[in-house]
This record gives sequence, structure tokens and C-alpha cells, in this order.
Amino acid sequence: MAIRRGRGVAAINYPTGMNLGGDPTQALVHSTPTGNFMVTLSSVDLGQGMKQIMAQICAETIGVPSDRVVVDTADTDTGPHCMGTFASRGTHRAGNAVIQAAREARQVMLEVAAEELEVNASDLETDGQGNILVKGAPQKSISIFDVALSAHFKRGRSISGRGMFLIPRSYPEKETGAMKPSTCYAHACTVAEVEVDDETGEVTVLTVKNIFEIGRALNPKMVEQQLIGGSWMGISHALYETTEPYYPNRDHGGTDFNQYLMPGPGDLAQTEIIVLERPSADGPYGAKGPGEMCANPQIPAVANAVFDAVGVRIDTLPITPERILRALKAQAPN
Amino acid sequence: MAKVPVQFTLNGAEKAEFIDSGTTLLNALRDKIGDTSPKGGCHQGTCGACSVIIDGELRLSCLTLAETCNGAAITTTSGLSEGGVLHPLQRAFLDAFATQCGFCTSGMIMAAKVLLDHTPNPSRDEVVEALSGNICRCTGYEPIIQAVLTAARSNSQNAA
Repeated sequence: MAIRRGRGVAAINYPTGMNLGGDPTQALVHSTPTGNFMVTLSSVDLGQGMKQIMAQICAETIGVPSDRVVVDTADTDTGPHCMGTFASRGTHRAGNAVIQAAREARQVMLEVAAEELEVNASDLETDGQGNILVKGAPQKSISIFDVALSAHFKRGRSISGRGMFLIPRSYPEKETGAMKPSTCYAHACTVAEVEVDDETGEVTVLTVKNIFEIGRALNPKMVEQQLIGGSWMGISHALYETTEPYYPNRDHGGTDFNQYLMPGPGDLAQTEIIVLERPSADGPYGAKGPGEMCANPQIPAVANAVFDAVGVRIDTLPITPERILRALKAQAPN
Repeated sequence: MAKVPVQFTLNGAEKAEFIDSGTTLLNALRDKIGDTSPKGGCHQGTCGACSVIIDGELRLSCLTLAETCNGAAITTTSGLSEGGVLHPLQRAFLDAFATQCGFCTSGMIMAAKVLLDHTPNPSRDEVVEALSGNICRCTGYEPIIQAVLTAARSNSQNAA
């Protein structure tokens, strides 16, 4: 009986979105009379930071600071349609819709500014600080605040835009069954080092080293926190968490936080994160979906590390001490 | 059933309410007084999201009856900033991106505040121990631990 050490590696290919009956998200953008911009979505920010990212995308497209943008995700009854925030699709699908809506709104904004400045709209640019300037003659300018006032009270224009991103439904080919269920793949690789006590079956994770390829990180600090938390959530899926430990038998499932095993701050292993940015061709400013995939590669990496340590393949999650001991027993010569 | 009077100070301000007997402090704070900074996660004392400070000690407001708090001094996260200036812990959480969905944050900050009040220069192990009653479902513990250590350092610099 001994503590045995093992190392496992796993790499994943993670899709953005889920194409069932087509995968649409729509967005509306409009300016207030004082030149702030509203983004209306049905996509929900459930804590992943969607409002911040959509504000950045809208601001970048229109050419204003991101604090001039308010994102309203209030009501799926009244907002433009979204398939939902799942399958890591929020940033990619909603972001593309917001870009399209913001471009249309920007065009109206530039047209109104052009009338005020008596120039062609195509000769105008934004400075990103809330002003519209004549290209090559920046002394000739107007604030977006004044443009919005003019649109509302003088020129009768609505500075607004409609955005729509749709991945069309993909039908399987009759001969092969091949179809395109998703788009825009993110990638990740994890190396996990564990110690397994072959007497108790307990697994201790020593180190987790991850590399994530996530397109462009639109907000690098938010991406980093997502990846750090997600990496440990992956370990938690691999080793601790389940609602039905003897599925399909439903006995002994945790019914509350007392019984449902979840790691606390004292259970962390040394964790390393590396982010690779390779902007995607069809993503908003090159983004992919880093959401769920950040908690995926750790699971097969831990399973492989356990195999490396004690020579048993556990193919059911989570990899509990009980499962390891049963597998060791089954393997032992009688 | 007759209501029960309860009187305490919340973040330095006198509060008096009539509540149903058996109301938890968590529900009294959120539903009667309108301080929604303590969060109701599990309502059974295992997640730490409802943590508040009562007379200098960390308490789970979901397991504390409001009527036992008569005369107490209660601190919640919403009372930490002064004159619009964030408490060093709030500042450190913000700077370290130590929140993801944010649901556990105010409980984490309460636990960290009690730690720093008693142990101004804690070790990493002491921080982990102090936060061990608080669950973060985003599993983002590392930035939270770093934020508490950063707040401790900035406190000691200010004191020096």
C-alpha cells in the first residue's frame, strides 16, 4: 500500500453554440437624446459578464467609450429573440448581432453629424471619446451628445440599428449523417499531476497546468478569472461533484450543500493558466466562446493521471475513492 | 400572531422593526429593512453567502433569529464604504477581479473583514481558513485569496 503519483494529459476541441433548429440571436441598439447607447437583448447575463462584453463590443463599433453604453437584458417576452446563453454562445452569437446593430446605428449617427457639419458622412470618423471629426481636419468636429440632440429634436432621425446573427439549421447528409452542429471551435490542453492513495482510493491533485486557445480575449482580466475558476471547476467535476453517485439508481444523491461535494478555498491545487489568442474569422472582434470549455480538459487529464498512478481506467464520473478501490480490487489477481 | 419588536444598529444607524417571531436576521435585513447585501444561498448555514458581523463576530444571518439581535451592532457589506470611498477589501476585490457572478462576494468580504480585524497580516493559510466556510460556485477562490492578502498589505502600509 502506497501513495502513487501520476501525470495525465488531455486536449479538447470545444464548439461555440448549438445548432438544433438554427441558432439565432438578435439585438437592437438605439441612442438616448444625450448620446448614450442602449443595447437591447434577450440574452441573459447570469454572472458570466455578458453585459460588460456587449457594452465593449457596441462601444467599439459605434466609437464611444464603453461607459456610454447600457445593456438591457431585462425581458425575454419583450426583447429581440435570443436562443439563450448556453453552449458558450453568448459572446459569439450576441456579439455578432450587436456589431451589426451598432454599425447601422453608427451610420445614422454619422449621417446626422454630416448634415450638421455640412460634409459627406463618408468623410467622418469617431475619436472613441464621444466626438465625430472630419478626417484630416479634426478641428471640424461635433460631439455625439450634440448629434443625438440634433437627431431627436431637430432632424427627426432615430439613431438606431437592428442586428441579427443566424447560424442556419444544418440537416444531416443522407448518405453519411454528417452535419455542422456548431461553429467556431476553441481549444484547450491540460496536464494534471495527482497522488493516489491505493489503500484509501483518495486522489490529491498536485498541479493543474492549462493552455486555452480562445480566439481574442475581449476582456483579458475577465477571461483570466473565468479560466482560473473554470479550471478548478473541471477538477471538481472530475473528482467530487454529482447529484446521482449511483446513477441510474438515485439513492445517496446530495440534496443540499451539506451533502453535495464541492471544493472550498482550502482544496486548491497549484494552477497555471496560459491564454493563446488566435482571433477567429467569424467571431465578434475575433472572439470565441471560452465559457464551458475552460472546465472540460481537466476531467480526462485527471482520469489519465489516475491511470498513470495506479493503472486503473475509471470511465464514470466523478472519480471517487470508492470507484478507484473497486477498480483496483477487480484488477487484482485472485 | 403578534409581531415582535426588534431594535439594533445596522452599519451605525438605529433600526427598529416589528417582525414575525422566528424571522431570520437575513430575511429581516433583506425584506424588512432593504439591505440586500447579505445573500440567501442555502438558508441552512453551509454556503456563507449571508455572512454578517454581529458585535464584531462573523455570523450566518440565515441561522440567526432577528429577535436575538436586540441591542446588537450589525455590520453588512453595504456599510463598509465611507463617503463613497470603498473599503480596502472592496477595492482589492475589484482590482483583483475577485468576483465572477458576485453572489458569494459580500459573504467573502465579511469573512475577510473579521479576519483582518483580528489578524492584520494573515498568512495565506490563515486566509484560506477564514474563507473556508464560504462557497464560490464559480470556483474562483484563487483571486479571492489574493484580494484578501492584497487588502491586508495595503492596510499595513497605511498604518505604517
